[in-house]
Amino acid sequence: MDKENIKRIGQKKEIWQEQADQTSERGEPFITVSGRPVGALYTPLDIDNLDYENDLGFPGRYPYTRGVQTNMYRGRIWTMRQFSGFGDAFDSNRRYRYLLEQGQTGLSVAFDMPTIMGYDSDSERSLGEVGRCGVAIDSLEDMEVLFDQIPLDQVTTSMTINGPAAILWCMYLANAENQGVSLAKVGGTIQNDILKEYIAQKSWIFPPEPSMRLITDIFSFSADHVPRWNTISISGYHIREAGSTAAQELAFTLADGFAYVEAGIKAGLDVDRFAPRLSFFFNAHIDFFEEICKYRAARRIWARRMKEHYGARDERSLKMRFHTQTAGCSLTAQEPENNIVRTAIEALSAVLGGTQSLHTNSMDEVMALPTEKAVKIALRTQQIIAYESGAANTIDPLAGSYYVEALTDQLESEAEAYFQKIDDLGGVLPAIDQGFFQQEIADAAYSYQRAVDQGDLSVIGVNRYNTGEQAEIDLLKIAPEVEEKQVKRLKRLKEKRDGDAVNRSLENLKKSASGSDNLIPKILDSVKVYATEGEIVAALKEVFGEYREKPLF
Amino acid sequence: MTEKMIRVLVAKPGLDGHDRGAKVVARALRDAGFEVIYTGLHQTPEQVVETALQEDVDVVGLSILSGAHMTLVPRIKKMLAENGMDEVLMIVGGIIPADDAAELINSGSAEQVFTPGEPLDNITEYISSKCKSNMQS
Amino acid sequence: MQELVAELLKGNRRAAARMISLVENDDPQKRELLKDVYPHTGNAYVLGVTGAPGSGKSSLVDWLLKQIRKDDLTVGVIAVDPTSPFSGGAILGDRIRMQDHALDSNIFIRSMGTRGSLGGLSRATREAIQVLDAFGKDLIIIETVGVGQSEVDIVKTADSTLVVLTPAGGDSVQTIKAGIMEIADIFVVNKSDLPGADKTATEINTMLDMKNDQAWRPPVVPTVSVSNEGIYELWSAVQEHRRHMEDSGRLLEIRRERVRRELTEQVEYLVKNRIWDRVKEKIELESLVEKIVKRQKDPYSSAGDLLSKIKFYDQDSEEGD
Repeated sequence: MDKENIKRIGQKKEIWQEQADQTSERGEPFITVSGRPVGALYTPLDIDNLDYENDLGFPGRYPYTRGVQTNMYRGRIWTMRQFSGFGDAFDSNRRYRYLLEQGQTGLSVAFDMPTIMGYDSDSERSLGEVGRCGVAIDSLEDMEVLFDQIPLDQVTTSMTINGPAAILWCMYLANAENQGVSLAKVGGTIQNDILKEYIAQKSWIFPPEPSMRLITDIFSFSADHVPRWNTISISGYHIREAGSTAAQELAFTLADGFAYVEAGIKAGLDVDRFAPRLSFFFNAHIDFFEEICKYRAARRIWARRMKEHYGARDERSLKMRFHTQTAGCSLTAQEPENNIVRTAIEALSAVLGGTQSLHTNSMDEVMALPTEKAVKIALRTQQIIAYESGAANTIDPLAGSYYVEALTDQLESEAEAYFQKIDDLGGVLPAIDQGFFQQEIADAAYSYQRAVDQGDLSVIGVNRYNTGEQAEIDLLKIAPEVEEKQVKRLKRLKEKRDGDAVNRSLENLKKSASGSDNLIPKILDSVKVYATEGEIVAALKEVFGEYREKPLF
Repeated sequence: MTEKMIRVLVAKPGLDGHDRGAKVVARALRDAGFEVIYTGLHQTPEQVVETALQEDVDVVGLSILSGAHMTLVPRIKKMLAENGMDEVLMIVGGIIPADDAAELINSGSAEQVFTPGEPLDNITEYISSKCKSNMQS
Repeated sequence: MQELVAELLKGNRRAAARMISLVENDDPQKRELLKDVYPHTGNAYVLGVTGAPGSGKSSLVDWLLKQIRKDDLTVGVIAVDPTSPFSGGAILGDRIRMQDHALDSNIFIRSMGTRGSLGGLSRATREAIQVLDAFGKDLIIIETVGVGQSEVDIVKTADSTLVVLTPAGGDSVQTIKAGIMEIADIFVVNKSDLPGADKTATEINTMLDMKNDQAWRPPVVPTVSVSNEGIYELWSAVQEHRRHMEDSGRLLEIRRERVRRELTEQVEYLVKNRIWDRVKEKIELESLVEKIVKRQKDPYSSAGDLLSKIKFYDQDSEEGD
């Protein structure tokens, strides 16, 4: 736009502003869910510096602001991947097969807390938690049941597992081999993002250093043997759920991403050998536009840094592919049916932001694991967006909006400011050690809650239009017998397996852990002789020790 | 002679690491003038009870989002009683379905259950009024 | 009350916990309790741990506990965190690092808020030490707030004081200049796996070497408190300092000083209370305040007038408080 034009628009805006100032506004502040003030009107003045070719470009082309594929959803709709798992492996296997019959296109495994924390179902630490918020997996035997009659060469699977990711991944790979599927054909994702555990999700096991080693071991093993696997899903989702703002989610997640890239390079890997398999995972919160801008900014920052800073040349290394889940923390226990609407809005933002796969929350997830009916509505929400709404007909339809482009820029520069701060603290790990991220998130979470309590932010049915009605919906209950049954199965397994082989494999694993060998082949050996997850973790803890948190509020 | 300070243990029993709620509540309690002792994550029932005992708290607040509440809460309540701390006010926060909450309250395992969306002031006022009436009785 | 003391002496943990609350809340029975407890005190050794926030004091105490328990000593820990001057509330989070010891019946951990005290300890730390001493703990570790320059109370309270520094704080040596130099019996350079650790240690050593007149030359112990590096050496240094304190007679000396100070404080407390009781009996204070507010009187001569109206010494009453 030429200077004359801009000047004229500026003059006219001033006149408009004067008139606008004389009108009265509604009482509450105009802020996003992150507390960001939003202007009344955006005009070409707000994107005066935008350079189309450099800042936006074309879909599938650097810097990928408009999307990572050339034809985006006109070629293929995003993967509808509903996160699920509960009870024992038999229960979850039934749910997976139901979801595949309903038209879901990929699986996503939720593990129970003992599995996530590296304890077997018979540990005293696991009491009351077996099969509760995910499926209980103790050994390869459970993994075999979990994917019974599901062909692992046709379905890709995402597994939400971090601390013990290497172990569960090895179980998955061993099971695929049992099914006769070669590792070269196996596809899927492990979350495997330990940094965000220290920062936000708090499901850690080992200290940072050995944890990072396990991750680079996975990078390297996968590059050689499991080329279709996404070795890490660098996650902002949990950072957001822990209470961060959109800008913090963006900045901290990308900072983690760069830390993994640096760890890979430091471990002697060429950046283009592992970077194409890095993927991301973001939250879709309720502030529609801010979220869309967050995804667009994320792609642009990643591409630029990977190219300019880390010297990546393979264009797959520059493309940020990501999964999105609608925000669990935006759901309310009051009038839970409203959650269907919230989820639909959030899902639409993820689609308009160009996500590669999507999980839509079920309305009842704020109270318990979702029922089949609630899961079906959640999946239907995605299908309606994909096939009825027209949102998938054209690529990045909001590009060029004055507000969207201005906000995309703003988020990018806020992220850059955070990168600078993190650098000043010595990098991501020292910043974790100093509690930087944890404190930022705790502060944001507290401000958010105060803003809701004071009515600066509205939550319908909670602080606005609250009718005091009790929720009346069916909930899925996990019977306490699940725990008993699983513990019995585990006991039987321990009786019938070759105990000596288990001990030998664990001794080998410990020996390698004290040295610098790649640990994945050793862990594979252990899972194949039916060593349990808890046993493998305990062996590694002997060598690596355990992490403990820094108290911050 | 100063007024007796109300001490609250905010504990995370079980394995889930979702401490957003626990920390926000801890901070709100501090800002409302309570002394809050925080255990950190991943505590066993035994650790929670022993901490409550050593810290001589008036209130135990458990935050549980993993679904293990029906196992953990009654167990902790029972162990508190065994250690002579029947009078400690037990409150629970987290993802607790309504009928579970009712059962926890009816069985005497918990005095009150707070779920997501509860304004912070309601929680601090609840503890405040309960503790004051306990002290008078 | 007698019963509570008896239970405490029997080793009842709940009695110890409740008694600390009573002294901390300034309960009316506090002095009576402490009087009964006093004959059973004097056996515990008190170790102070101070240093700036973030220097890793709690982790260090956690590792020290592991080390100390190998010697089969029983330990009490008092961890002090700041009370908010605005709300009067506090978040006491030091325990988080020590929760591995929660179920060790030989370790008793208590968190305390400063409740308005400014010297790095809580108002009732000293009384809580007495309770834990009578409770039978061999060693009592006091972790201070660690605000840097106002950590003065700990020397008056502890038999040995550790000052924890980190290489990351480039200004750590400045802190030493600002007055921590004098209070340390042992310097700990924690997080000594970080760059600059050697330099920090050298700087402290140089400063220490400039003072020749010391009977005890504080050692400088490097540690890494996320692992147990240097913990054995640190515990050895504490034991050595303790031996020095005992052998040189210095321990007796500082304890005698402490008793003198305590006695003085008690006398002052009684005198103050007794006088105020009299004052309140004889004079309607509020009306006097009103007069001063209205500038009809001034606080200086009013104070003198007040005291002239009452008798200072009264042999009749035993306990005026």
